[in-house]
Amino acid sequence: MAEMRYYQAVTQAIQEEMARDEDVFIFGEDVGLVGGTFRATEGLMAEFGARRVRDTPIAEAAIVGLAIGSALTGMRPIAELMTMNFGIVAMDQIINHASKMRYMFGGQINLPLVIRAPGGGWTQKAAQHSHAIESWFMNTPGIRVVIPSTPYDVKGLLKTAIRSDDPVLFIEHEILYNTKGEVPEEEYLLPFGVADIKRPGRDVTIIAWSKMLHEALKAADILAAEGIEAEVVDPRTLDPLDYNTIVSSVARTRRCVVAEEGWRNVGVGAELAARLQEDLFYDLDAPILRVASADVPTPYAANLEKQALPNAQKIVDQILKITL
Amino acid sequence: MAIPLADQLKMYKNMLLIRRFEEGVAEAYADGLIGGFTHLYIGQEAVAGGAIASLNHDDYAIGTYRVHAHALCRGTSPRRLMAELYGRTDGICKGKGGSMHFFDNEHYFMGGYGIVGGHLPIAAGLGLGIHMRSEDRVVMAFLGDGASNQGVFHESMNFAKLWDLPIIFVVENNFYGIATDVRVSSAFNEIHRKAQGYGMPGHVVNGMDVIAVREACDEVVSYVRQGSGPVLLEARCYRYQGHSMTDPARYRSQAEADLWRKRDPIPRLAKQLLAQDVEQERLDGFQTEVNEIVADSMQFAEASPRPGPEALYEDLYAENYGG
Ligand SMILES: Cc1ncc(C[n+]2csc(CCOP(=O)(O)OP(=O)(O)O)c2C)c(N)n1
Ligand SMILES: [Mg+2]
Repeated sequence: MAEMRYYQAVTQAIQEEMARDEDVFIFGEDVGLVGGTFRATEGLMAEFGARRVRDTPIAEAAIVGLAIGSALTGMRPIAELMTMNFGIVAMDQIINHASKMRYMFGGQINLPLVIRAPGGGWTQKAAQHSHAIESWFMNTPGIRVVIPSTPYDVKGLLKTAIRSDDPVLFIEHEILYNTKGEVPEEEYLLPFGVADIKRPGRDVTIIAWSKMLHEALKAADILAAEGIEAEVVDPRTLDPLDYNTIVSSVARTRRCVVAEEGWRNVGVGAELAARLQEDLFYDLDAPILRVASADVPTPYAANLEKQALPNAQKIVDQILKITL
Repeated sequence: MAIPLADQLKMYKNMLLIRRFEEGVAEAYADGLIGGFTHLYIGQEAVAGGAIASLNHDDYAIGTYRVHAHALCRGTSPRRLMAELYGRTDGICKGKGGSMHFFDNEHYFMGGYGIVGGHLPIAAGLGLGIHMRSEDRVVMAFLGDGASNQGVFHESMNFAKLWDLPIIFVVENNFYGIATDVRVSSAFNEIHRKAQGYGMPGHVVNGMDVIAVREACDEVVSYVRQGSGPVLLEARCYRYQGHSMTDPARYRSQAEADLWRKRDPIPRLAKQLLAQDVEQERLDGFQTEVNEIVADSMQFAEASPRPGPEALYEDLYAENYGG
C-alpha cells in the first residue's frame, strides 16, 4: 500500500490507462502545460506529449462534443471540465447527445468517453461555483455517474470508467483533492454498481458519497460517543446504483438518513427514500430523513454558506431525532 | 487630445482608487476577512478607468468575475463593495454575491458573472431592451480574451449585429485565460478582427494607456449611440497578479511581467499630467485621499454585521406563496 492524495490517484489512473491503451487521450482547460487547476493531470503532458494531452479553449459545450465525436471514431477520450459548474455550459452535449445516442441509434455505436469534473461547493465560492448536481445526471438515463470519496475509490473506479464502453460522468470533489488515503501498489480496478460499507453499524444507516461521506464518518464518530452505532454506506456509483447493499443495510438497521451536498428538493435522497419505503415500509422504525443543502442558491457570506450546506453536525441532529 | 484636464484628473484618481482598493482586498484576503474566489485587476486599471469614463450615468455596464474596478468606476460606494467582499449585510448584494458578483442597480452596473461568457447574451439582451424601449442608452460589456472562444460570445455578437443593438464589447485582452496563453486557445488571436465575421467594426487600443482607451471609447460610444450598431474594442493589457488569489502565475516569465510593469498606466498618466503643469502635490493628494477611502471602506466593512439566519431564504423570489 502507498499513501497518496486524491488528485494523485486521478493522475495515476489516467497515466496507467494512457500507457496501456494508445486510444486513450485527455483534453480540457489547463490540463496540459500546468497539469490541471487541481494538479490532477500533472506530468501527463511531459510523459505523453501535447498530442495526447491537450489544452483547450474555454468552450465546454464543444469540449464534450469533441469527446463524443472522437469516441465515435474509436478513440477513448477523457474530457476534463474544470468544474461541474462549467459542465452546465455543456449540458446539451451531455444530456441531449452523449446520453441519448447509443439508444437512439439502435445500439449501433458505443461511446467510450469519460467526462471528469469536480463538483460541489464550500469555501465561499458563491452561487455560480457551488454545484453538487449529481442528481441531474442520475435523472438522465444513458450516462453512468461515478462519484468517489477516497483515493482508493478514485483510482479503481477511474480505470474502470476509462475502460467502459459507455459515457461516464466522473465527479470528483474540489475539497477532497488534497485528502490522503491508502492505494495498493499493484494494479486493481473497482467495478461499477458495488457500494462500499465504509463503517459498519447496527442502529442507523447513513448513505453518503463524495465530500459528504467524510461528514457522515465524522457524524458516526460523534454518535458512537452517544452509544449510537451508525453504518455508513458509500454507493460510489449513482448509476449504476447498488441498491441491494443499500436496502439490506437499511433492513438491518431499520433507520436511514441520506446525506448529500446537493439541494434537497428532488435530490438523490428523495429517490432513495422513495425506493426504500416501497420495499421496507413495514420494517422501518422511523421515517427516512434527508440532510442536504438548503434550497437556495449558495450564498457567499461565510455564515450563510455554513447555514446552507450540510455537515456532520446536521447529520447527527437528524439521527438523534430518530434514534432517541 | 481632446480629453479635458478635469476628466484626466478624475481618471487618474479612479485608477489610484482601483489599485489601492485591490491592494486592500489582497490584505484582507490574506487576513481571512475575504474568502472564495477573488480576482484582482491590478495592471488593467486603464481599461475600466478609461472606458467607463465614456459612458453616461444611465448607460449599462456589465462584466465578468474580475469587476471590482468596473463597479468603482461606475460610482458604487467603496464601502458597500468592501462590505460585500467581507460578506456583510451592508454589502452591495447583502453579502450573498461576494467578489465575483457585484451588482448595482442604482449605477446601472448590471453585474459580475462567474461563468465565462455567460453574461454576453445578457449584455445583448440589455441592448435589445434599450432598442425595444427606444431609449438613448448604450451597453458596455467587458469580457476577457478567453471568453471570446465561448459559443455564447459568437451567438451574442451575431445577435448584436443582426439587430444592430447598441453594445460596445470591450475585450480586455490580458493574453491569458488562467494559465492558457491566448495563442494556445484562439485559432485567430487578433481578437478585434473577430468582429469582422459579423460585419461589425472591431478596433484595438493600448489598454495600458488610459487616455488612449478613453479616446477610443468616446468614439465608439458615440458611434453606437447614433444607432449605428454594435462595436468590438480590444484593449491589450496585463494583469500583474495571478488569475485569482490562489494562483502564483508560474506559467508567465518574469521578463514578460517586468516588461508590462514598465508600461504601468498610473505613472504614465502622472507624467502626462505633470507635463500639463499639474503639481506633484496634487497627485500626492489624490493618493492620500484614496488611501483614506480604502481604509475607511475596510473599517466600515468590518463593523458591518453579518447577515442573520433569516437572510438565507430572503430574496429568492419576488413573490412568495408560503409553504
Ligand atoms: C464556463 C467557464 N469555464 C471555465 C471557467 C473557469 N475560468 C474562470 S476565469 C477563466 C479564464 C478566463 O479568461 P479570460 O476570458 O481571458 O478572462 P481573464 O480572467 O483573463 O480576465 C476560466 C477558464 C469559468 N469560470 N467558466
Ligand atoms: Mg484573459
